[in-house]
Amino acid sequence: MPVFVKDSNKCVGCLICMFACGRAHLAVGLESSCIKVRSQGGISRGFSVFVCRGCEDPPCARACPEDALIVRKGGGVLLKEDRCTGCGSCVKACILDAIGWNNSKNKPVICIQCGECAKSCHYKVLEHKRL
Amino acid sequence: MIKEDTLRKVLYIDLSKKKFWIEDRLELFSQFIGGTGVAIKLLHENCPDNIDPFSPENPIIFAIGPLNGLFPIASKTVAMFKSPHTGNLGESHAGGRSAIAIRMAGYGAIVIKGKSERPCYLAIHGDKIYFRDATTLWGLDEGVSSGSLIRKQETGAGLRTIMRIGPAGEKMITYACVTLETYRHFGRLGLGAVFGSKNLKAVVISGKRDLKVTDFKTYKEIYGELLSQLAQSDKMKKYHELGTPANIMPLSFSKGIPIKNLLTNELIGIENISGESFAEKHLGRRVACSHCPVACIHLAALRKPYEDEPYFYRTVYLSYDYELIYALGTMLGITSSEGVLKLIETVEDMGLDAISTGVTLAWLTEAFEKGIIKEKMTEGLIPQWGNVESYIELIKKIIYGESELFKDIGKGIEYVSSKYGGKDFALTYGKNEMPGYHTGYGAHIGYLFGTRHSHLDGAGYAIDKEAMIKSFNEKEIAEKLINEELWRQIISSLVICFFGREIYTPEMVLKCLKLAGYELDEDRLNEIGKEIYVNKYRFKIRCGFDLDNLQLPKRIFEINSGTGILDQEFAQKIINKLKEKIKSLL
Ligand code: SF4
Ligand code: SF4
Ligand code: SF4
Repeated sequence: MPVFVKDSNKCVGCLICMFACGRAHLAVGLESSCIKVRSQGGISRGFSVFVCRGCEDPPCARACPEDALIVRKGGGVLLKEDRCTGCGSCVKACILDAIGWNNSKNKPVICIQCGECAKSCHYKVLEHKRL
Repeated sequence: MIKEDTLRKVLYIDLSKKKFWIEDRLELFSQFIGGTGVAIKLLHENCPDNIDPFSPENPIIFAIGPLNGLFPIASKTVAMFKSPHTGNLGESHAGGRSAIAIRMAGYGAIVIKGKSERPCYLAIHGDKIYFRDATTLWGLDEGVSSGSLIRKQETGAGLRTIMRIGPAGEKMITYACVTLETYRHFGRLGLGAVFGSKNLKAVVISGKRDLKVTDFKTYKEIYGELLSQLAQSDKMKKYHELGTPANIMPLSFSKGIPIKNLLTNELIGIENISGESFAEKHLGRRVACSHCPVACIHLAALRKPYEDEPYFYRTVYLSYDYELIYALGTMLGITSSEGVLKLIETVEDMGLDAISTGVTLAWLTEAFEKGIIKEKMTEGLIPQWGNVESYIELIKKIIYGESELFKDIGKGIEYVSSKYGGKDFALTYGKNEMPGYHTGYGAHIGYLFGTRHSHLDGAGYAIDKEAMIKSFNEKEIAEKLINEELWRQIISSLVICFFGREIYTPEMVLKCLKLAGYELDEDRLNEIGKEIYVNKYRFKIRCGFDLDNLQLPKRIFEINSGTGILDQEFAQKIINKLKEKIKSLL
């Protein structure tokens, strides 16, 4: 049940979704967040949001040499952290740029398809699709 | 506070020696929380007595607090320095990405001292600090933005703050601002000029980390509660929808908005520059500071034709709010929204504080009308109510003008009116130009005695609003002003945006602080607020500020305010009460 970017024009760049994603990963702050919000080259042009679309045949999983990313039923992947060596191949494989990176752990931050980001966005930029 | 919290780290940077070091200040953050409470202590420690605000020894301090990065709408950074505009406490608050960036970089405060030999900018990426050359960025013309050049050079896109100055800061105009993220400002009291005096063009800060709380489950609950309160609040809705310009019309009806240097209460066509008009005609986008869902920043799209080519336009985005429409609109007799936006654009390009600039131009216009200032002093320019084009040229002259008058005007109204005359209509308070509320005693006396001479110190306009339906005696007004300012010391130590203050009740603040590892009660909180306030006043006094030498501008008694004609005697009574109260605290 992935999150879709419904209308990024409405995005105000508040980063509330990024903090929500951190909490979804049981953390406070931005290090454990995978959703990303970036201005489109200057704030006046608005923002883009990058979030996992829950691929059914995820290239990130295929790119992982350690089989640390398990394909989830219903789309997306699960991270087996003990198998992950922090090589970063998954990050490069996701052209959506939807994988975060936790520098202190040196491990990727993977979307758990929880919808917390969509729930906390005040401006209905995101939608948690229940398939 | 939580022992492992990086908030306790203070980053010191010496621009003269190109050196930096980190000091652990656990005790400071435990005792004074953060933000304004910590900044004023650091200012006392780092600013020697009797220095010129432009000397390399004047420190620039940025401080954030424990709630930044933990809770929504805790989105502000406090800047402190010795003000070149007033000669005493310089304090200014701004949001943008700054507070979260400093938090994520792993600091509670940053102290910048010394003076760079050549123009430079600082890049602070977590624990990596770089002194970058900025000689090519110095003296850039309008049109080429140093912000976009730095954006290309540095990492951390999306989460970083870029604070920079414009020509006004480089030329050390005492009311030059520092601009953040293109649309936010450390506006008042001249931080931009202090940057300029240090050859410091910009500061970039970025980082990313996780923080700690004492109890994650409760943390999530309280976060959720705050978020839903913010979503449901009508106040927040107002800040989001029309923003502060929603107040233009109501304040115009009640005569609380100053017009043409307070010469009149009437501005025909004011509805053309109302919040509603701006939204309908120009609103292009709303944006937010990091970690704030309110999104009160309103960007107007202004389409400007090229003069040399037909059917060729460029669109510029400009942020507007109540204070800007006041200072660069009503105060100058301008009633076209395009006109106001053009002036905002010029002020942004120059990097000036909009309020001080507008009020200074208003003074200049009246002084010109009265013959105190003459055409040969203004290099042939004629300041005239409503004349946008001439005001644009005059703003540029504040920075680039050659005449003696223009050199003087870059020091503010207090300075020029002392030199040339026109004091009776000089709208300054402790040397700072007037904010946009002629609402009554609360507002004016609040500006005069507020530690930073700002409308945000004691929010006197809110007292005046109450006074429209209920009358207060001098003691009540004095107490309300001071109690508000005391509580705001706490809010700005956390550092929560003042727009969120209704939601952050003392009870809520205590809950949040508990999660950040602070075991305090309401009494202790109030004590800390008082200590911070006293520390600020002590700094002012150290700089030679004299409580007994403050005066309200004569002009304000000559024209109806939001609460009728003000009575000098009653004002004096409030002032006496307030002075008594402040002295008893010191
Ligand atoms: S669905 Fe959950 S894990 Fe995925 S981006 Fe949103 S908050 Fe993060
Ligand atoms: S992380 Fe990227 S590649 Fe992997 S499932 Fe999500 S969108 Fe697809
Ligand atoms: S919470 Fe919504 S508005 Fe805020 S940054 Fe995320 S997507 Fe944009």
